[in-house]
Amino acid sequence: MDRAATSARIADLIAPFNKKGIAITDTVTFAGDLEWDSLTVMDFVAAIEDEFDIIISMNQQAEIETYGQLVDAVTRLRG
Amino acid sequence: MTDVLTQTDLFSKFDPLIEQRRALLSTGLTDPFNLVMERVLSPTEAICNGRPTILLGTYNYMGMTFDPDVIAAGKQALDEFGSGTTGSRVLNGTYAGHRAVEDALREFYAMDHAMVFSTGYQANLGIISTIAGKGDYIVLDIDSHASIWDGCKMGDAEVVPFKHNDIEAMEKRLRRIPEGAGKLVVLEGVYSMLGDIAPLKEMIAVAKAHGAMVLVDEAHSMGFIGPNGRGVAEDQGVLDQVDFVIGTFSKSVGTVGGFCVSNHPKFEIMRLVCRPYVFTASLPPSVVHTAATSIRKLMHAGEKRAHLWENSRTLHAGLIARGFALGTQTPQSAIISVIMPDLERGAAMWEALLHEGLYVNLARPPATPAGMTLLRCSLCAEHTAEQVQTIIGMFERAGKAVGII
Repeated sequence: MDRAATSARIADLIAPFNKKGIAITDTVTFAGDLEWDSLTVMDFVAAIEDEFDIIISMNQQAEIETYGQLVDAVTRLRG
Repeated sequence: MTDVLTQTDLFSKFDPLIEQRRALLSTGLTDPFNLVMERVLSPTEAICNGRPTILLGTYNYMGMTFDPDVIAAGKQALDEFGSGTTGSRVLNGTYAGHRAVEDALREFYAMDHAMVFSTGYQANLGIISTIAGKGDYIVLDIDSHASIWDGCKMGDAEVVPFKHNDIEAMEKRLRRIPEGAGKLVVLEGVYSMLGDIAPLKEMIAVAKAHGAMVLVDEAHSMGFIGPNGRGVAEDQGVLDQVDFVIGTFSKSVGTVGGFCVSNHPKFEIMRLVCRPYVFTASLPPSVVHTAATSIRKLMHAGEKRAHLWENSRTLHAGLIARGFALGTQTPQSAIISVIMPDLERGAAMWEALLHEGLYVNLARPPATPAGMTLLRCSLCAEHTAEQVQTIIGMFERAGKAVGII
């Protein structure tokens, strides 16, 4: 799966968590723009992990602030 | 001139918390995090603000703090060994008492090795950060205690949390760990915020099926849960599957200190490689002698355990009957957690209970799960049946006064 396809699937998974209806671009931040708290982040990360059958450890999560960084990380983790 | 309170510096990050506290205390509320026990009369009673107060938030589950044998052992150790060791366990800080308390722990758990730390926090910090290194994976419950999280943060392992007590979520994460990586699963017997227990039997079976080592923090179950008071893993018949049990002396044992017990054949090397064990002073002689005496008495405390269970069941049923929302549907431990609608009313309820003459713990985010405000009650084997009825009456009056029930 290429980056665009990965991005499309992640965009679908974000929808239920995107309560404020923010337009999703690569520069959107989870903490700042989407205003997610730690519980929302945990549920969302679990959804991504299950969808792609990967682990995104806390160590890796600390490096992911924007949607674009998440898409890159998932693309990389899927090898 | 710049006002020191408005200038930006390293303390600016605490401004939201400072403001929250200011707003709460400006209502004239007693500071819930600044209470002084002026005198302590027994494991269940103290004088706070000049008022006799029933203690229902101390984790002093087995009421050992005023046990005559325990006190005598501490006094004797003070006389014979002095007030402190002034040294690390690996240098001049191992006295006869440190060996004696580790012997008592080995016997209590029927395990081969016991290592005593200066606090329970340091036991988790030290063991977790030392055994899980770079390239290893720690899979842990999201509601784990701060000392477990800090142990993860201090080490170099990959940290993978899963939803609280969710066996399937844990299994999925274990399954995805790369082939050949070291795996440590970290669980707790009793989760202290809601007082619920873990399905250790099922979770440990899954962990073992995936080749993981298992560490269980039994801080809130020692002395009370299980046929011999060894904790939830013993109660569920899986203690032999646990690689490391972490515990504390500051709850049922009734003093301060932490420990890890294990059957791992190489466990003793921990004493040389575990930094929170090596680079701190050991416990004072009086503390280790009180702990050793207390642990040996807890081996034969079946009647006290039965009474504590009775207290837990009575308080749980009494609070449910009066309309309080509790953290668990059934009494699972000696912790009964009362869910408050918000911090403001939680703090008001806490103060109303204090005026009634009852001390409980006010717990709030980030220590609590799901952003809850909780009034945490921890029962003691020394609470009498009458005291428990008195406590229920205090809750009813305070709850009505604050408008929670």
